[in-house]
Amino acid sequence: MSTTTKPVNQKAWFLILPMLLCVAFSAVLPLMVVVNYSVQDIISPERRVFVGTEWFTAIMRDEELHGALLRQITYSFAVLAVELPLGILLALSMPAKGWKSSAALVIVSLSLLIPWNVVGTIWQIFGRTDIGLMGAALQGMGIEYSYTGNALHAWLTVLLMDVWHWTPLVALLGYAGLRSIPDAYYQAASIDGASKFDVFRYVQLPKMRGVLMIAVLLRFMDSFMIYTEPFVLTGGGPGNSTTFLSQFLTQKAVGQFDLGPAAAFSLIYFLIILLMCFVLYNWMQRVGTQAKEAGHE
Amino acid sequence: MARIELDLAHAYRPKPQQDSDYALLPLKMTFEDGGAYALLGPSGCGKTTLLNIMSGLVMPSQGGVKFDGQDVTQRSPQQRNIAQVFQFPVIYDTMTVAENLAFPLRNRKMPADQIKQRVGVIAEMLEMSGQLNQRASNLAADAKQKISLGRGLVRPDVSAVLFDEPLTVIDPHLKWQLRRKLKQIHHELKLTLIYVTHDQVEALTFAEQVVVMTRGRAVQVGSAADLFERPSHTFVGHFIGSPGMNFLAGRSKGSAFETAGATLPLAAGIELPMGDYKLGVRPEYVTLANADTPGALPMAVSQVQDVGTHVILSAARDGALVKARLAPDSTQLQVGDTAWLQVMGSHTCFYKNDEIVA
Amino acid sequence: MNKPKFQKRSLFMLAYVVFALLPIYWMVNMSFKTNNEILAGFTLFPNHFTWDNYKTILTDPAWYSGYINSLIYVGINTVISLIVALPAAYAFSRYTFLGDKHVFFWLLTNRMTPPAVFLLPFFQLYTSVGLMDTHIAVALVHLLFNVPLAVWILEGFMSGIPREIDETAYIDGYSFPRFFVQIFIPLIKAGVGVAAFFCFMFSWVELLLARTLTSVNAKPIAATMTRTISASGMDWATLAAAGVLTIVPGAIVIWFVRNYIAKGFAMGRV
Repeated sequence: MSTTTKPVNQKAWFLILPMLLCVAFSAVLPLMVVVNYSVQDIISPERRVFVGTEWFTAIMRDEELHGALLRQITYSFAVLAVELPLGILLALSMPAKGWKSSAALVIVSLSLLIPWNVVGTIWQIFGRTDIGLMGAALQGMGIEYSYTGNALHAWLTVLLMDVWHWTPLVALLGYAGLRSIPDAYYQAASIDGASKFDVFRYVQLPKMRGVLMIAVLLRFMDSFMIYTEPFVLTGGGPGNSTTFLSQFLTQKAVGQFDLGPAAAFSLIYFLIILLMCFVLYNWMQRVGTQAKEAGHE
Repeated sequence: MARIELDLAHAYRPKPQQDSDYALLPLKMTFEDGGAYALLGPSGCGKTTLLNIMSGLVMPSQGGVKFDGQDVTQRSPQQRNIAQVFQFPVIYDTMTVAENLAFPLRNRKMPADQIKQRVGVIAEMLEMSGQLNQRASNLAADAKQKISLGRGLVRPDVSAVLFDEPLTVIDPHLKWQLRRKLKQIHHELKLTLIYVTHDQVEALTFAEQVVVMTRGRAVQVGSAADLFERPSHTFVGHFIGSPGMNFLAGRSKGSAFETAGATLPLAAGIELPMGDYKLGVRPEYVTLANADTPGALPMAVSQVQDVGTHVILSAARDGALVKARLAPDSTQLQVGDTAWLQVMGSHTCFYKNDEIVA
Repeated sequence: MNKPKFQKRSLFMLAYVVFALLPIYWMVNMSFKTNNEILAGFTLFPNHFTWDNYKTILTDPAWYSGYINSLIYVGINTVISLIVALPAAYAFSRYTFLGDKHVFFWLLTNRMTPPAVFLLPFFQLYTSVGLMDTHIAVALVHLLFNVPLAVWILEGFMSGIPREIDETAYIDGYSFPRFFVQIFIPLIKAGVGVAAFFCFMFSWVELLLARTLTSVNAKPIAATMTRTISASGMDWATLAAAGVLTIVPGAIVIWFVRNYIAKGFAMGRV
């Protein structure tokens, strides 16, 4: 949100009312149900026993959970580390005008529009050494590539799939941000004798800060909740090397279909994401204000 | 500091057939070194295009631009060493005021202590010395425009400073401060300044010479006095002055002029060949006369506006409308009365096809 | 001013295009083969080019109805999301009001919830109001994550418009609705385009909730595709063809909004 002074106007609540109703309906009500379940042992629809925080403590002690959490955090950070710079670079490289611009937009966005199970399937095939282009090519180069047998290969393949799938999100947001910079800024920079890197550092990047923050938050949250694509590609394997949190939750919930623990874990999962996003969001706001006060350089 | 010569035209299409195909009709103009000029005209008249051609952001479709006798048409704005201030403040958000001002000099690899000194001098001139270490993005619009301007002035050898309606986003009560500052800077640094605006007050107070433009044409270049006293085009007469010049359509009969149903004798020394003309006289030069004075028109008063410092009297006759600007308390006339307005005088101009002939 | 014809950025762009298209090309390649050919060997181009897979999809109602269903609820969702998000984003962008920062962050939290968390409650809720297996149910459920996203994106773009424009409009006598529709929205066209695209996208690809709330009438294409495992193993060929077809509506949407994303916004409305 912008930080220059804005007029106080409580009537603004009318403007956000429709939105609040929609989201409350979709979110608050269900959430209340989940909270309700998480503190009960639901043996059958008629027999429910209040168990308080029993499920929560059990889950916290679960060692397998710790493993899945660690893998998840590593994965999300890897995703951000690759997709952010790559996405920005892509946004800068996309033509601004003409037919090339439209063509680039369509091609870049294609991967975003594929249903996630299909994405998993595409890469499942793509990576196979018998019927897949990439698998065959890697094998042809002498690499003993196997995403089903080798944990590192599995990780890299899942990561590559995510990069292929989601970098365009960062790129599109960055692209829209870039297009909204008025020409005068580039003209002034040219008159000032700025180099191309200077233009990026002092004009483009600062003006893209808003959209980039959206991109970082979106990618972090989505990668933390990822389920379908890795599940279809590796099934969580080999072993549990690519089993991230979502799959872990589903395994537990579907395996022993017990609403109580499942609901409890759901809440914990949600709270973890919430906490991390809160920290990330505030850290980015603080970095923004610190830079303001100290003055750059 | 440079002398800018223009000999160009700019068309929208490669093969222009008629006037409307041109953004700028062929013109020849010289801006003297150290002069303060204004390009004045309504929206769409081509003034910003002309400015951008001078700065190098736009290449003219015909002809060229010379700086100090050298052809710079192919050169970029950076190579021409000009500075441009835009309609909205253009600053580097992540830098402080000092860093903003230092930026062009750093790019030229000037030694750090020289940069510091130069920045100090310019900040002093702009009355921003106390804000040098503040982050530029937190300041108000007028301060930001000063920074934009400062980045142009900080280069010691800047050839010209071009302004594209720079006061557009400035609060009205701060506009006069910035205008005063610009005049001060002009006086001190003796730079060539070219200022684009649609506001005649800005143009006339800022510039020594004003170029009045309309629809791609520069219709008159002159000082404020020239534009006021002898507008060479009816557009200039209409655009300059508040209210603008009065125009009466009429016909010449040799030594007399027929207009609004009356015949007026032409002033001594003026000869108009027979034909249709427009008589132009500024409200400031329309005086109240006694009845039947030669050259005076009896007209019915339609409005008397007391503006405090003066009175605007509007009168009509035969479909023609004349406004007179009179001193306060100089008349007791009311709406409906007959006023004898003297329209013939040494300040009256005659126009044929909208161009001045006498 | 002459620009070097061959820039490093164009090279990078080209490299990325290849990277982006390669897996898709492979899927397209597969969609024109038969299952036997796919499993038998490795060919860069189909030996026996066949349209059969596409024919299956376009003639079998079980397949093509999936596309239509998806399009319907995605369309409804995008429209509602935008209508609700625009005034809200304006409020966040222009005004301070009681609890504004908290509401804004609460909005984001809705985007952070793993959909799996809400599965059962939604199922129970929509069953109880009799909206199971309807397009509107899925459209409403997707509002959960699309409205916050739309508000978030639009607020960012709106904050880039100087407030002078609002004030000038009021001075000129515009009423708020008129100002909003005639002046403001055209200025944030890029933002509306981006928000519309993302709403479309996230709703189109969402599988879990859409599959849970539908069975026959409103079954989305993503769910239909998961049933391609049969006794003879994965029906790669039809799956590939279906996958290719899922890309088409999205490509059309991005084509239509490309101008809004590309043009950015103009300073001032004069």
